[in-house]
Amino acid sequence: MGAVVDNLDAYRQGFVTTLALTALSSVLALALGTLLAAMRVSPVPTLRGAGAAYVEVVRNTPLTVAFFFVVFVLPQLDIRLSFFVFAVIAVTVYHAAFFCEAVRSGINAVGVGQAEAARSIGLTFTQTLRLVVLPQAFRTVVPPLINVVIALTKNTSIAAAFGVLELTAVGTRLANANSDAVIAILVGVAVCYLLLTLPSGWLAGRLERRLLVAR
Amino acid sequence: MTEAVLYDAAGPRGRRRIVVGSVVGLLAVAAVVAVALGRMAAKGAFEAELWRLLTQANVQRLLARGLAATLRAALLAMALSMAVGALLAVGRLSHRAWLARPAGAWVELFRGVPLLLLILFVFLGLPAVGVTVSTFWALVLGLTLYNGAVIGEIFRAGILSLPRGQTEAAYAIGLRRGQALRLVLLPQAVRLMLPALVSQLVTLLKDTSLGFVIGYAELLRSGRNAVEFLGGRYSIPIYTAIAVIYIAVNGSLSFLARWLDRRARRRYGGAVRQSTADEAA
Repeated sequence: MGAVVDNLDAYRQGFVTTLALTALSSVLALALGTLLAAMRVSPVPTLRGAGAAYVEVVRNTPLTVAFFFVVFVLPQLDIRLSFFVFAVIAVTVYHAAFFCEAVRSGINAVGVGQAEAARSIGLTFTQTLRLVVLPQAFRTVVPPLINVVIALTKNTSIAAAFGVLELTAVGTRLANANSDAVIAILVGVAVCYLLLTLPSGWLAGRLERRLLVAR
Repeated sequence: MTEAVLYDAAGPRGRRRIVVGSVVGLLAVAAVVAVALGRMAAKGAFEAELWRLLTQANVQRLLARGLAATLRAALLAMALSMAVGALLAVGRLSHRAWLARPAGAWVELFRGVPLLLLILFVFLGLPAVGVTVSTFWALVLGLTLYNGAVIGEIFRAGILSLPRGQTEAAYAIGLRRGQALRLVLLPQAVRLMLPALVSQLVTLLKDTSLGFVIGYAELLRSGRNAVEFLGGRYSIPIYTAIAVIYIAVNGSLSFLARWLDRRARRRYGGAVRQSTADEAA
């Protein structure tokens, strides 16, 4: 326990880095994912194909491999950025596919009659999507989106292996420095993650139940 | 809802617009790819000598051995996770609070923590209390702790998705709760859970790549070792090969999962789906 209290400052730094990595990547991945989802439901075949190909490739590749390409291959092409930026790129590219799938399943969950009614009063594809489908899809899509953000939060831990000093990396360093308190130190790290994931998971579950009643 | 509901069958003007959109879309995608390829070509990423490396027998053997190590860890972890998951699901469905509460807490805790942290817990924590653990077992046990909780929830969802009449009928002919679960509910639920279980196997297979962090010589670590030995310029062919292997193996499993899902929907009117978030983690 003493080792945890002595190193509260290191924990705080790791926590802030994890938060920054999570927030930045979530926003970017959500934007890219929404764009991909729009591509996947559009009437233009090439865009649909490109969106589907992106999602298919990413969901079958480990995040670690995405990190490999960003951290080891980009420098070969003379693209040198900080490890933090590299991590943001890898996490964003990977999770955009899952944000896309969450948004798309939300669009698909809106009743067929809604889109049909919109079309029958003469709305175009963009109008149907913007005025009728998306506002309704937004409500169903919030809980799954929160869950993807939770997954993203946990996945930022992989950045520890690629030079970013976030929570997990702080934990490993402290564990190596205090071999008598390894378990206590790692439990401290776990508690930090649970502080982020448990309340969000609880919120997602609550919203989901409320929406179920509303339908 | 199929996507085609979102727009009408295009008329002449609409078709023209779609063609224009297709061409513009194609050009945009092609431009992105061309810039990337051009940049790679300028750095000599397409020299034949670089890619000929992949035809060498010892490189192929190295990658094959890495893939075997990946599959070994994944299959063992999957089997163990299913055992743990079954216990957790039964515990959480139990009417006895002293069983249901701890099982629920266990699931929430282990799903809320990064998998990498669990692997490090086993890898650094067990030696700290005097138990030696190999990298293989650290990876497998870490994967089991995490995936046991996820698979437990898949099992639970499968059992809960059965119509209530099944449980009631089982009780009516005098079965006890354990018997009803074992003889009536589980055999039916397995069919509904199969697609989600195969999807989770894909996720688990991807996650074995975290063995790289603790130095277990799976596919990714093997590739990294080769690059460290041969030099950084070989990272492009080797990592591309590794990505292709992952996509081929996981792609076929995902395809199987989707086929099982369609079949379960057709035959039994439903299936448990792996959530997008579980797939991402």
